[in-house]
Amino acid sequence: MSYDVVKRWVNEAQEAASSDNVMVQYHALGLLYHLRKNDRLAVSKMLNKFTKSGLKSPFAYCMLIRIASKLLEETDGGSHDSPLFDFIESCLRNKNEMVVYEAASAIVHMPNCTARELAPAVSVLQLFCSSPKAALRYAAVRTLNKVAMKHPSAVTACNLDLENLITDSNRSIATLAITTLLKTGSESSVDRLMKQISSFVSEISDEFKVVVVQAISALCQKYPRKHSVMMNFLSNMLRDDGGFEYKRAIVDCIIGIIEENPESKETGLAHLCEFIEDCEHTVLATKILHLLGKEGPRTPSPSKYIRFIFNRVVLESEAVRAAAVSALAKFGAQNDDLLPSVLVLMQRCMMDSDDEVRDRATFYMNVLQQKQKALNAAYIFNGLCVSVPGLEKSLHQYTLDPSEKPFDMKSVPLASTPISDHKSEMAPVATSKMPERLAPSRQDIYQEQLAAIAEFQALGPLFKSSEAVQLTEAETEYVVRCVKHTFSRHMVFQFDCTNTLNDQLLQKVVVQMEPSESYEVLHYIPAANLAYSQPGSCYSLVRLPEEDPTAVLCTFSCTMKYLVRDCDPNTGEPDDDGYDDEYVLEDLEVTVADHIQKVLKPNFGAAWEEVGEEFEKEETFALASVRTLDEAVGNIVSFLGMQPCERSDKVPDNKNSHILFLAGVFRGGHDLLVRARMALSDGVTMQVTVRSSDETAVDVIMASVG
Amino acid sequence: MDSMSLEPSLYTVKALFILDNDGNRLLSKYYDPELYPSVKEQNNFEKNVFNKTHKADNEIAFLEGMTVVYKSSVDLFFYVVGSPQENELMLMTVLNCLFDSLSQILRKNVERRYLLENMEGVFLVVDEIIDGGVILESDPQQVLQKVNYKSDESSLSEQSVAQVIQSAKEQIKWSILK
Repeated sequence: MSYDVVKRWVNEAQEAASSDNVMVQYHALGLLYHLRKNDRLAVSKMLNKFTKSGLKSPFAYCMLIRIASKLLEETDGGSHDSPLFDFIESCLRNKNEMVVYEAASAIVHMPNCTARELAPAVSVLQLFCSSPKAALRYAAVRTLNKVAMKHPSAVTACNLDLENLITDSNRSIATLAITTLLKTGSESSVDRLMKQISSFVSEISDEFKVVVVQAISALCQKYPRKHSVMMNFLSNMLRDDGGFEYKRAIVDCIIGIIEENPESKETGLAHLCEFIEDCEHTVLATKILHLLGKEGPRTPSPSKYIRFIFNRVVLESEAVRAAAVSALAKFGAQNDDLLPSVLVLMQRCMMDSDDEVRDRATFYMNVLQQKQKALNAAYIFNGLCVSVPGLEKSLHQYTLDPSEKPFDMKSVPLASTPISDHKSEMAPVATSKMPERLAPSRQDIYQEQLAAIAEFQALGPLFKSSEAVQLTEAETEYVVRCVKHTFSRHMVFQFDCTNTLNDQLLQKVVVQMEPSESYEVLHYIPAANLAYSQPGSCYSLVRLPEEDPTAVLCTFSCTMKYLVRDCDPNTGEPDDDGYDDEYVLEDLEVTVADHIQKVLKPNFGAAWEEVGEEFEKEETFALASVRTLDEAVGNIVSFLGMQPCERSDKVPDNKNSHILFLAGVFRGGHDLLVRARMALSDGVTMQVTVRSSDETAVDVIMASVG
Repeated sequence: MDSMSLEPSLYTVKALFILDNDGNRLLSKYYDPELYPSVKEQNNFEKNVFNKTHKADNEIAFLEGMTVVYKSSVDLFFYVVGSPQENELMLMTVLNCLFDSLSQILRKNVERRYLLENMEGVFLVVDEIIDGGVILESDPQQVLQKVNYKSDESSLSEQSVAQVIQSAKEQIKWSILK
């Protein structure tokens, strides 16, 4: 609030920091840090002084450790041989337990800590495990639990102490101890631990139940063979009472197991079916129904799931009924012998009281009655993959100026597949507190921005926006990033420039581009003003080559041109006259991936049949430089920028051949599917088959892979 | 995600409350305005905490994403709440200091009735230990000295007797001097 007023009293605060009163010392240190936290040099000076002189208050020591570890993290993420680290380590030998624990936890939380550096901290925590104080035991186990996530081997030394804590009267401590052991223990101890934990699982709070479930799901990935034990345990937990978060964690875990282990699919689905019979959470019920629709038809006896799904249609709320109808349709489409029964059930759903359910039933009924594979694929398995706000906008536009032409679905921007972020770290944190916001996608924001510029309005809908590419080194005078926007016949390059010199004002900033291929630069739109540290954007419009549609790859050499006006760093007042200058940027490449949008086809086989072999091409390549199948898969996926389907981006261990399925949409809205069969034998041999609804797309892929 | 992204700060304690053995609130302080801003949410949280903790004296629990340390005495429950990254031992120190100070001013009768009778002293103690979430003092002796609060009835009678004797002495002294 009154930062500046307080700042004048720094000297007094400094004096107070060496006061005899322990609390005064602590508060003075806190204040000093707060005043200086933006000045890294001053903080490190302060640390230096206090680590040498030593402090009296344990609180002040804790504060100092936190400041030190923060500084350490900011300055050199890697090397830990600085005096700061030594200081933290020396605190492990402090008299006060509070300080010792703070130091241990600081070391444990440091990124990329080696096992050797962890060892002293872990042994301190091990001592705490046998403390009579519950808080201390809790703190120690919780921290060890975190160590176990990153360095399970470092904690194995504590296994014996942790075993003793399993029967601790404080259930939080017992739960943490068991989940830690589950992470470090061997496969043989899993059964015993699971039995132990199930004896008191009903007594612990929901937060810890979630921790247990997460530990189990981690375990399943480690020991896939134990999935039957886990599955049993999880289904028991599923039957118990619990909040939404807890149930969701269990359902996610079971779904994870089903996806990882095909042999556990049937038991898993059976448990989930049982769960939705009595599930008050709409979100979970619809999720499970969706999964049933996806996986159920491919099991040996799909008919047994129909009963569960149809029960939902009879008993549940609208949202669940609608999801159940969609799931039913998938069974009907994939299993011919079930089709007549599904049609009968659909007929019944057409009399539902809810609009959405009736609509879906009528729609699926009609599609299914056609009995055409291509229709089934397009409308039942692989639904629309357009961005919803984009669709809304296009439809609105269409209704504004009515025309004879039917609405073209291809003009709607595609939804970019959300990148599923894997939660690698699992800790007892408040999962319930994270608000789930529906943010408009990045592309929709760009679409809006570009549509506001007159020159770009005639280009049609935005097809794809790439990730930002850095065109300058990290710490230079000007920072320039480029985002490539692809339209059906043009590309727009958006240069986000930042001026990091406070004595300059840049005007009329333009990035001049020299293409290597037959691309043609049509327009430059300059950024009028570029003041210090205020980012601005300038654009270049480029026409894609028309005579040779397969020439999509291109390299541009870029130069930033601008008018410099020197200005006073303090006031920002520019001089009257300026001079022209230029700044050479790094080359910008347009790749195949820029022309292809990722699309997830849940049922690749059906999509493959739907596109047909009209423009199919096949070729075989030898990738001599690649040593493993994993590497080959990774390279192809990132090179083509397409979406791997049917989990084919994961190569099973110890296999010499693999098939990769990729799906995408080529610029202009043509579906594009790639099937790559790979075999490993002294380098990787790859047979690529490409199908598309457009010949150009096939040629582009073939030309670029070769 | 919950690593040491914690900014080093003096603000350690998020909340502090005292409940009776039915889970009713006797005293509560919430120091983080973002945490349970309304009384209704606070009551919910307290009820939840009470239900999970009153059965067993376990000292520490992790609830609703918060570290809660607690202690019970006869028919009272004392709670100190901090963020999940907070040093549990710091919170424990606060709780111990609170408990020891209160047991001093209540003359070891840490019970609901005595607490209510000396509520003003309890408030003084709490404010002396924590100010807006910052730990001000952790030594019970220091707290008592600063509060300088004497439990009601006893202090009144003792003090008056001493005063009477003192004034009598003065009177006698003056009368002799004359």
